[in-house]
Amino acid sequence: MAKGIEIRTSPHLKRVMSVERIMRTVVLALLPICAFAVYQFGLSALLLLLTTTGVSILTEWFFSRRSGQGNTVSNWSVVITGLLLGLTLPPGFPLWMAAVAAFVGVGLGKSLFGGLGYNVMNPALVGRAFVQAAFPVAITTWTPAFAPGRFGELIPSTLTLPFMQPIPVDAWVAGLNMDAWTGATPLAIQKFQHIETPIADVFSGMVAGSAGETSAILILICGLWLAWQKMLDIRIPLSVLAGAVMVALPLWLMDSATYPSPWFVLCSGGLMLAAWFMASDMVASPVTARGAILYGLFIGALTVVIRLFGGLSEGVMYAVLLGNAVGPLISSWTQPRVYGVTRKSADKRDAA
Amino acid sequence: MRFFRRSKTFDHGIYPIEHKELTADKPIRRMPFAPELVIPLSQHKGKPAEPLVRVGQEVVRGEPIARADGFVSVPMHAPATGVVRAIGLAPSAEGPKVQAIYLKVYHAASQQVLYDMERDPERMAPDEIIAAVQESGLVGLGGGAFPSHVKMKPPAGRVIETLLVNGCECEPYLTCDHRIMLEHTDALIRGIRMALRATGAKRAIIGVEDNKLDAVAHLRARIPRHLPITAEAVRTKYPQGAEKMLIKSLLGLEVPAGGLTSDVGVAVFNVGTLAQIGDLLPKSRGLIERVVTVSGPAVANPGNFMVPIGTPLRFLLEQVGLRGEPGEVILGGPMMGMAVSSLDVPVTKAVSGVVALEPENPDLARRKVHPCIKCGECLNACPISLNPSMLGELALAREYGIMAEQFHLDQCFECGCCAYVCPSNIPLTQYFRIAKSLNRDKG
Repeated sequence: MAKGIEIRTSPHLKRVMSVERIMRTVVLALLPICAFAVYQFGLSALLLLLTTTGVSILTEWFFSRRSGQGNTVSNWSVVITGLLLGLTLPPGFPLWMAAVAAFVGVGLGKSLFGGLGYNVMNPALVGRAFVQAAFPVAITTWTPAFAPGRFGELIPSTLTLPFMQPIPVDAWVAGLNMDAWTGATPLAIQKFQHIETPIADVFSGMVAGSAGETSAILILICGLWLAWQKMLDIRIPLSVLAGAVMVALPLWLMDSATYPSPWFVLCSGGLMLAAWFMASDMVASPVTARGAILYGLFIGALTVVIRLFGGLSEGVMYAVLLGNAVGPLISSWTQPRVYGVTRKSADKRDAA
Repeated sequence: MRFFRRSKTFDHGIYPIEHKELTADKPIRRMPFAPELVIPLSQHKGKPAEPLVRVGQEVVRGEPIARADGFVSVPMHAPATGVVRAIGLAPSAEGPKVQAIYLKVYHAASQQVLYDMERDPERMAPDEIIAAVQESGLVGLGGGAFPSHVKMKPPAGRVIETLLVNGCECEPYLTCDHRIMLEHTDALIRGIRMALRATGAKRAIIGVEDNKLDAVAHLRARIPRHLPITAEAVRTKYPQGAEKMLIKSLLGLEVPAGGLTSDVGVAVFNVGTLAQIGDLLPKSRGLIERVVTVSGPAVANPGNFMVPIGTPLRFLLEQVGLRGEPGEVILGGPMMGMAVSSLDVPVTKAVSGVVALEPENPDLARRKVHPCIKCGECLNACPISLNPSMLGELALAREYGIMAEQFHLDQCFECGCCAYVCPSNIPLTQYFRIAKSLNRDKG
């Protein structure tokens, strides 16, 4: 025994699974959605995704070095944040504003709390909420999907100089000669004009919207794959969608002229992306099984309430952020019942 | 087909790679006597035994060499014919050195057990059986090492209705119980009958994981029809062999927190223990050897062996051959077993397996511990539904009191499922062990 035997504590076996592997797999699941966004909106969407991801990585690198944690970029979690943030922004969003969103999201939403594992809310949505408040015009300026020449030219607003108002896109859009372009997302059209875009279009993503929020079917496939890989708690997306239907269905049955059908609610806007990739963020969601379901139902229901009764046409961002905020409370309500501990025995112990 | 007849089981748990194919079909072979055996006086839970021999005294195989000190204690018997070389400190798996008898084996001796007396267990009263079990030095051979006779006598006011016979063997690599069920079937059934009589239980259920259906079929064929003994398959899932889990799987009952299995009318015995009872009691013999699985990736010729108690690991591993330098050498299974710091540690009554792993891959050794990402895997793994994620955070904050008071830390039996699944590589089980021992010290 030249080297001497090794001593560790039990268990001496370890499952082949790591944080890095989980995060890498989530990134992999997001890539088809990113690719579709680029196919749909062209070069601008590509630059947008590269900007948010790049700035997110730089921000994480900067803060993790300063906090003495060593380089935490290598755990891949910040790449998810960057991609998700890019997917939630309008494709023609000025790049400098996107950089601000990424910096705030990762810096304020994650690093200040202590980095991976300690963020209370989803960092991508923190970044988006910040720019929603700071740049209300730019974040509601939509451009048509499948514009001709989208791979050759940029949406004019993309290259707005830093600290400048975005370049108006109206003239550019008019020059595209796209029929039936109203400059609004299906959600806004439904909310303010009560016209439902055909389900097939919102389902497949042939409509306007944020870069990655438009193809429900693609998001569904990627999310299901991730759940099949056991890297996503499927209870959360399913209960988010169930929560949305639970509010939308009775309203639609009562008054189908004013309120959208549950199908439309599920497939439009950011609900799908948020349900599968944001609400399910492990760090910011409840860790207990029953808690995950309550949390999902809460987010789904709140999304529809904000959409239909609030001032905004899309409510999923605030719903998820609020869900994140009440997550710890839900967790503490839903602690699992421990083997051999009954209510009676717990009371007896407390009395003693 | 499996889908339609799923075996009984408990909630949560994990499915580690079993590695049982290395030894599952290797019949039990006899391990030779080491030149010197080391017999610790405390191989069981409870008070250590008191030596009955002097240095220089010659002993015959099977002769008592130490006697029980009180009710929760058991005697020791000479595993070989030889001479007592010394009584002194010996290394143990747990760490601190323990008092032990060093026995130099006479290699020319016949090693026959002459120290016995035939008797008919069918004519023994329950109390006589319990006393005989203590005299034989039997403890839980599954790894618990709790004196068996104590479990046969429940506290006043408790009645044992069901005897559970634990043949799960849920730890990876181990196959000794599997082989005992196949090869020592009649002794096992005899042992179950005696335990039924001693405890007054009405029925016995043998629980076997469904990766050993051959053992289930074999037992069913050999159990006489008039006996209230059944063999049932339970799901192959770790930690199925933990007492509390097996009770839940087979009977749907939960042992109350802080209580005993007798609170739900159950006593659980390992198949190895009962097979030894069936073997030893009719001859009034003592426990001097046991079946040990020697396996693991670092072992050249893995197998199941009848090993004299007190055989040093170094000798054992020389007999099976090693592939290069071993990494960890573990007593018991790799999930709950203990890595030894020295190969001079002997095989004791509770050692069901010796697993030698290869030196750890340096890449794995450098694995980074990340903060908890709240993935919830540990909650899905914990067989008693604790919240290891929360407990881990509390342990980092040194809130050991809250861990026990609000999150039921005392229920944790350190099965290791949480640390096994943790993607952040947090040593949760070790945190809980430390927290529990600190709470104990505080009183």
